[in-house]
Amino acid sequence: MGVEIRVEGLTKSFGGQVIWRDVTLTLPSGEINVMLGPSGTGKSVFLKCLVGLLKPDRGHIYIESHDLATCGERELYEVRKLFGVLFQDGALFGSMNLYDNVAFPLREHTRRSESEIRSIVMEKIELVGLLGAERKLPGEISGGMRKRAGLARALVLDPQIMLFDEPDSGLDPVRTAYLNQLIVDLNQQTGATFLIVTHDINTARTVPDNIGLLYHRHLAMFGPREMCLCSEEPVVRQFLNAQRIGPIGMAEEKDADELAAEAASGAALPPLPPIPLQLEPSNGLPRYTQRPAGQWCLAHGVKPPPGSFQPNVSTAPGAAFAAERGRA
Amino acid sequence: MRMSERSSWQPTAPLRATGNLFGFALDVFRALPRRPFQWREFLQQAWFLASVTIVPTALVAIPFGAVIALQVGGLIKQFGAQSFAGAAMVLAVVREAAPIATALLIAGAGGSAICADLGSRKIREELDAMRVLGIDPLHRLVVPRVLGAMFVAFFLNGLVSVVGVIGGYIFNVILQGGTPGAYLASFTALAQLPDLWAGEIKALVFGLIAGIVASYKGMNAGGGPKGVGDAVNQSVVITFMLLFFANFVMQAIYFQVVPPKGA
Ligand SMILES: Nc1ncnc2c1ncn2[C@@H]1O[C@H](COP(=O)(O)OP(=O)(O)OP(=O)(O)O)[C@@H](O)[C@H]1O
Ligand SMILES: [Mg+2]
Repeated sequence: MGVEIRVEGLTKSFGGQVIWRDVTLTLPSGEINVMLGPSGTGKSVFLKCLVGLLKPDRGHIYIESHDLATCGERELYEVRKLFGVLFQDGALFGSMNLYDNVAFPLREHTRRSESEIRSIVMEKIELVGLLGAERKLPGEISGGMRKRAGLARALVLDPQIMLFDEPDSGLDPVRTAYLNQLIVDLNQQTGATFLIVTHDINTARTVPDNIGLLYHRHLAMFGPREMCLCSEEPVVRQFLNAQRIGPIGMAEEKDADELAAEAASGAALPPLPPIPLQLEPSNGLPRYTQRPAGQWCLAHGVKPPPGSFQPNVSTAPGAAFAAERGRA
Repeated sequence: MRMSERSSWQPTAPLRATGNLFGFALDVFRALPRRPFQWREFLQQAWFLASVTIVPTALVAIPFGAVIALQVGGLIKQFGAQSFAGAAMVLAVVREAAPIATALLIAGAGGSAICADLGSRKIREELDAMRVLGIDPLHRLVVPRVLGAMFVAFFLNGLVSVVGVIGGYIFNVILQGGTPGAYLASFTALAQLPDLWAGEIKALVFGLIAGIVASYKGMNAGGGPKGVGDAVNQSVVITFMLLFFANFVMQAIYFQVVPPKGA
């Protein structure tokens, strides 16, 4: 079963520069969570705090009975056994080939025989579609392949908590679709808690149970997928629908002049696109933590955008707008 | 914002850096007795360090011996004490030249390689990945490297001593017309066994310092490939300074503890 992570009032800065402050959220046991945010808002830093690689300035990270923000080195190494982590660049060991990279955690932490290790490693390598490349060195393969190899290594000890930093960046759309299916299936099989950092709006809209958004040095929103996708909050809305109109600018937030000019030009956000159905496990059985489509909206008296939860809703936001405009 | 960042340099910064280095050294010592000892990594590293240092060491040792023979030989001739040429050579080479040559090579060739290796692992996030997989890089990577550097320094020092003395012999006997018998016979006149041990202990300490500084700088490299280059550069400079200082201190202690022969 998965493990709950409770983050309270977390603040992190580097040399006086605050990355984010007062981040409070709970990653519920066994659920899939996605963390979004403009580039450079500290998503990777947040993941590193969660595994204790960086110490936050203030706040707490509770996992089971441990507080990662204050515990000692030895306790930290103990808690980390719960984690499977995929780093943004894969972080493979450059001196080992892919097979040895994936086998590394097994060789270090279990007493399995080489033949048992071989069968586990080959299974994971097949899972991420790297069969045939297992003798290559990390320097000899593409970025997308490195990422998938890092994923295989993260999975090999059957972790209770999986933290993936942009598993889908640098992957082609087909691989991304397979990867998303893999995440949902893994969650169904292992019941692990997932936190996925991604820039892929499609992934964010269809895969998770909960969505979080880091923006402008704070956590702008964290909550159930349907809540975030219905949200009228300008930042959330702009980001989840990949719009230029809204408070987020190219450099960072837009200044008052730019916002005034935007308002004067009469540019407005297009209506919210329909909420797509959540991606289901490939064997058709529900996940343990899966909620019925539309449940949150119903319970909170929120009317979802027209056309939501239809099986034929296109998952690509651009296509959704096209359909919308065609109808209007 | 930018200005305030830049002006945030404080006069205590060098002190803090020194403190961090010592803290790191303490952590390494604490990781030292932890089981299982990484024999594979140790042997690989020792072999690697030996392979990058042996040839340059031998090449440096020969001219070192020759230069000392030239200097000492000339001086001794003026005193009319040619019969002590061998003894003077041994003293100079074993006590001073060998540890210094070892230090230069261990820091310059060995330390820079260690620092570059750990630094590139650091910027590729390999060290973070290792920590997350429950492996302490200090125990796994640094301890074997520091011990490897000490081990290789010990042998390099022996190598320089032998090659230096042989070089001096060739120079003295063949080029300066000394007699082989006198050269060998005078070995024991001034030199004594503790000289050799002192040299070897110095070499061990040099290996330790070079290994720790290189590992510290490598594991704290930052800011991409340029950061690694800077770290290697700093590690070599810092190691040199520390080694020459340590050499002075140890030699001073040695003269207090072991009285020179014939005094
Ligand atoms: N070790 C560090 N020392 C100093 N500053 C750092 C460090 N690590 C990250 N930062 C700073 O923290 C900020 C957030 O970095 P982070 O890598 O978390 O961004 P991100 O949200 O993951 O961006 P992206 O989506 O591009 O991956 C950046 O401004 C970066 O310069
Ligand atoms: Mg990142």
